[in-house]
Amino acid sequence: MDIFLQQVINGLVLGSVYALVALGYTMVYGILELINFAHGEITMVGAMVSLAVVSALAGSGVDMPGVMIVLTGVLTAIPVCMGLGYSIERVAYRPLRHAPRLAPLITAIGISIVLQNAAMLIWGRQYIPFPPVLQITRYDIGGATITNLQIAIIVLSACAMIGLVFLVNKTRLGRAMRATAQSPQVAGLMGVNINSIISATFVIGSGLAAIAGVMVSAYYGLAHYYMGFMLGLKAFSAAVLGGIGNLTGAMLGGLLLGVIESLGAGYIGDLTGGFLGSHYQDVFAFFVLILVLVFRPSGLLGERVVDRA
Amino acid sequence: MSLLEIKDFAVHYGGVKAVKNVNLHVDSGELVCLIGANGAGKTTTLKAICGLVPAAQGTVMFDGAPIAGMATHDIARRGLALVPEGRGIFSRMTVLENLEMGAYARTDRPGIQADLSKVLELFPRLAERRLQKAGTLSGGEQQMLAMGRALMSRPKLLLLDEPSMGLAPILVEKIFETIRNVAAEGVVVLLIEQNAKRALEISQRGYVMESGSITLAGPSSDLLNDPMVRKSYLGA
Ligand SMILES: Nc1ncnc2c1ncn2[C@@H]1O[C@H](COP(=O)(O)OP(=O)(O)OP(=O)(O)O)[C@@H](O)[C@H]1O
Ligand SMILES: [Mg+2]
Repeated sequence: MDIFLQQVINGLVLGSVYALVALGYTMVYGILELINFAHGEITMVGAMVSLAVVSALAGSGVDMPGVMIVLTGVLTAIPVCMGLGYSIERVAYRPLRHAPRLAPLITAIGISIVLQNAAMLIWGRQYIPFPPVLQITRYDIGGATITNLQIAIIVLSACAMIGLVFLVNKTRLGRAMRATAQSPQVAGLMGVNINSIISATFVIGSGLAAIAGVMVSAYYGLAHYYMGFMLGLKAFSAAVLGGIGNLTGAMLGGLLLGVIESLGAGYIGDLTGGFLGSHYQDVFAFFVLILVLVFRPSGLLGERVVDRA
Repeated sequence: MSLLEIKDFAVHYGGVKAVKNVNLHVDSGELVCLIGANGAGKTTTLKAICGLVPAAQGTVMFDGAPIAGMATHDIARRGLALVPEGRGIFSRMTVLENLEMGAYARTDRPGIQADLSKVLELFPRLAERRLQKAGTLSGGEQQMLAMGRALMSRPKLLLLDEPSMGLAPILVEKIFETIRNVAAEGVVVLLIEQNAKRALEISQRGYVMESGSITLAGPSSDLLNDPMVRKSYLGA
């Protein structure tokens, strides 16, 4: 078996998910300069909601192909997460728009704790298995294997990202989003309702997070009320790696981080003579984050951050 | 009836009374200028008209409706365009995208296209560079872009905040000429300028602002001959 190729494939799958979540962080940061720490929890809610729908459908014995069941789960999770993202901005961030920067940051952490605990109360503390409704097929490519689920994750993320890039670069809404990110005041002078644009940003980011949440839970076969924490932290690292505020950077950072992490997990045993096992893979994300912060704080594609006095 | 009428207007920054007791009006068909020294409160007045900073007191009537306290985007959609101090172009967007942003609130596609052609004709430099990032333009080109973008909204009233600031003399001349042309086409203009002489020469009426208050107002030709104005602003 070709370990290298295998880990690259696994890394791209993981990286696609990181990229989708990282986009949400970077879009909000680009407009509000706020790190929406509750974004990881939105992903978790997406996973939980879709899993609940999938379990209910699978358990009810309806005659539906597995793919359709999962699709129903996704299509339920997306509007739920969009509504959640919209509400969080309205209730928790908008009133603090002109407050010192630390205030919304602390609120974000607070919201994320509230969501974790709410999820724990609703769905319990245990790991919830994703019902095996999907037929997994394996394909051999050059000594490595790739499953139909992995292919679906990569292709669907790519489609979502292409859709987003199109929206941001080619539509009236996207133009208004970019204008607002560059100067909310001047955008307002052009007749842009900045509050609607900020809401739209949260809604779109949350929709992507919902898709990512379903993907992770289907891929690993389980979901957990605390899963958003680590996923969010890694996606945030990916956004910083790519240059926070930069959409291309978030996608690149996500894929790169996924591959680095996966390769790291594949080789850490050999590298340390068996001292550290692959469960240390989380270390790589944060190692990368630290390296970026030390050597290139603006990220791979970010513009140099001018120090605000 | 005046297109813009400001009464008893005041703006405070915390404890600083930047603008106080200002009365000012701009009528249809007019080009009016507001001159004053650094820190007199000119920019603050314009920002408060557009809702970018809150007014502490007073009323603003625009096109027959009170607009004080309204959101900036609602004021803009009523036909009031501001070319801000420092131009405020979207530097990471192309020239064309900047102009399209000017027409953001409009939905009449054919009209937008027609105005785009007009603006590009008015500023041929912008036409040449329309696919370039706006941040790569020179200062003069950026000023033209900011004005073109404001015109793309087809405004009833155009507020210009020191359009000649930081430009080479030849460009200053070009900007003033453009302002006069725009006004001649029927756009009502309120012009703020440090270059008092040129501003008074192209306008019909003028206001002089000092330490947040209007101290003098009248036909521009009178102000040009006013001894106080000549001494303080025309260097005579
Ligand atoms: N954001 C602010 N916070 C506090 N004070 C301010 C602020 N902006 C302006 N000021 C003060 O308000 C007064 C008026 O400033 P303003 O910018 O309106 O003047 P101006 O006439 O436009 O001057 P200039 O010709 O230099 O542009 C000045 O004393 C200035 O220091
Ligand atoms: Mg000023």
